[in-house]
Amino acid sequence: MAEPGSEALRPDLAVIARQVPAGVRVLDIGCGDGALMAVLRDTKQIDARGIEIDGALVERCVARGLSVVQGDADRDLAFYPDGAFDVAILSQTLQTAARPDRMLAELLRVGRRAFVSFPNFAYWRMRWALLSRGRMPVTRHLPVTWYETENIHHMTVRDFEELARDLGIELENRWFFTREREIGPAGANWRAEYALFEVRR
Amino acid sequence: MNASSQIFRLPHPLPLDGGQALEGATIAYETYGELAADKANAILVCHALTGDQYLASPHPVTGKPGWWERMVGPGKPIDTDRYHVICANVIGSCMGSTGPASAAPDGKPWAMRFPVITVRDMVRGLVALLDGLGIERLHAVVGGSMGGMQTLSLAANFPERAARVLAIATTARHSAQNIAFHEVGRQAIMADPNWRGGDYYGDGSAPDAGLAVARMAAHITYLSEAGLTEKFGRRLQDRDAKSFGFDADFQIESYLRYQGSGFTRRFDANSYLYITRAMDYFDIAEAHGGTLAEAFAGHAMGKGARFCLVSFDTDWLYPTAESRHVVHALNAAGAPVSFVELSAPFGHDSFLLDVPALDRVVKGFLDG
Repeated sequence: MAEPGSEALRPDLAVIARQVPAGVRVLDIGCGDGALMAVLRDTKQIDARGIEIDGALVERCVARGLSVVQGDADRDLAFYPDGAFDVAILSQTLQTAARPDRMLAELLRVGRRAFVSFPNFAYWRMRWALLSRGRMPVTRHLPVTWYETENIHHMTVRDFEELARDLGIELENRWFFTREREIGPAGANWRAEYALFEVRR
Repeated sequence: MNASSQIFRLPHPLPLDGGQALEGATIAYETYGELAADKANAILVCHALTGDQYLASPHPVTGKPGWWERMVGPGKPIDTDRYHVICANVIGSCMGSTGPASAAPDGKPWAMRFPVITVRDMVRGLVALLDGLGIERLHAVVGGSMGGMQTLSLAANFPERAARVLAIATTARHSAQNIAFHEVGRQAIMADPNWRGGDYYGDGSAPDAGLAVARMAAHITYLSEAGLTEKFGRRLQDRDAKSFGFDADFQIESYLRYQGSGFTRRFDANSYLYITRAMDYFDIAEAHGGTLAEAFAGHAMGKGARFCLVSFDTDWLYPTAESRHVVHALNAAGAPVSFVELSAPFGHDSFLLDVPALDRVVKGFLDG
């Protein structure tokens, strides 16, 4: 296994790893191969829990000693008690939910606060692809065709902010990324390929 | 591999869920690998209904390799170069631990006078063994099928005794379907004229026909329909055409008959009655008002054991939904739990067979 913290985390995960305080209770929904959980364990003494739908990825998580349950966040979040976690993480998964609004509410039921990242469908390359070719964009960040993609609820930075307001969710912090680098917040709904929000009730 | 066979005599009467206590009970067990000086590297492996303590050493009756030889040994997923592995015959069984074939205090076999036992009683016996060995906390308790039930029962009733709980292809309660299949097996045994109310010991005529039928029916539940079709299909056994009689025309019939008769040479029919009864009585939530999460309250955040549950997609005896039910309860209890459904073609028996993904999960969980 790599040295603690030495794994190259995706930039949104690196921000989360930096922001989460040591020793808190963390649930990572859609934890993939457990890269973030491993960093949290190795650098912040966090015994994180994960949910991942892909069995092969769960197997890799278990093999690295992480507590990960194969499951579907749409269905399985309901089995966690209120406030079971200090921090819930939902990275690049909200757009795959059957009902993103309900998942967001569930997230802040089981977690006191949450980190949520998602691809921004209003990124200018998306807009340009749709405008110029008139077809659903297939980009480096969203490389799957419309009929195969798991991303069934595309949204924009502005959509997310409005949904949060409607649900009475506070947006505490936000970060934006393009081409795997953090960018400033100015014109983020145009310029950001994806976004990360820290939210709480 | 190098195994040590021993008999442990319980120093105290074993209290049973049925209200009685078993005096002078013995537990036969095998060990593999060195026990560390601090006794912190012990792994207890719990066997299934018709399993025994011959985990990774040849069976004394059949001469066949240990039932989990592929999983346990030097450099294997349960690595005996690192761990001291213990496997004990459960109470009620017939391979050296006290069961219905053992002598009662009057010197005659217990037979049906043996008290009805539960999975928790089996676990109490195992904990008494651990006490005797001076092992306070296991590195892990591991088991598949009824072995998995024992791991969950140990976690629920003795939460401090294991640091890791690995439960494979199992359930927290026997379903109506599970009970139904067991009842078919029990009735087959009891319908055999040689059963004679269980008093068949010592006169050379045991209810082998009934026990064989019980085994045949149960064996079907351990396999998958796709697996049966692939292995046997409608192929005929040593003949070119149907016999228009009741011989084993089909390969599957011949196979089941072979499985049934082979089983009677190594297993006691009354033990089969008692152990299936114990499994049917199994329902961990029952003692907690039906709420399974309550049973695992001793494993809340930061305390207790880590859990790992594994199910197989072709297992219809203890299907994935049963494992999920346990996982959800552990989540609700705040216990650290991993769960994965593995894909394997062998039905319930997958946990005993060649499933490389299971090897990786077992090794990763035990070493992590």
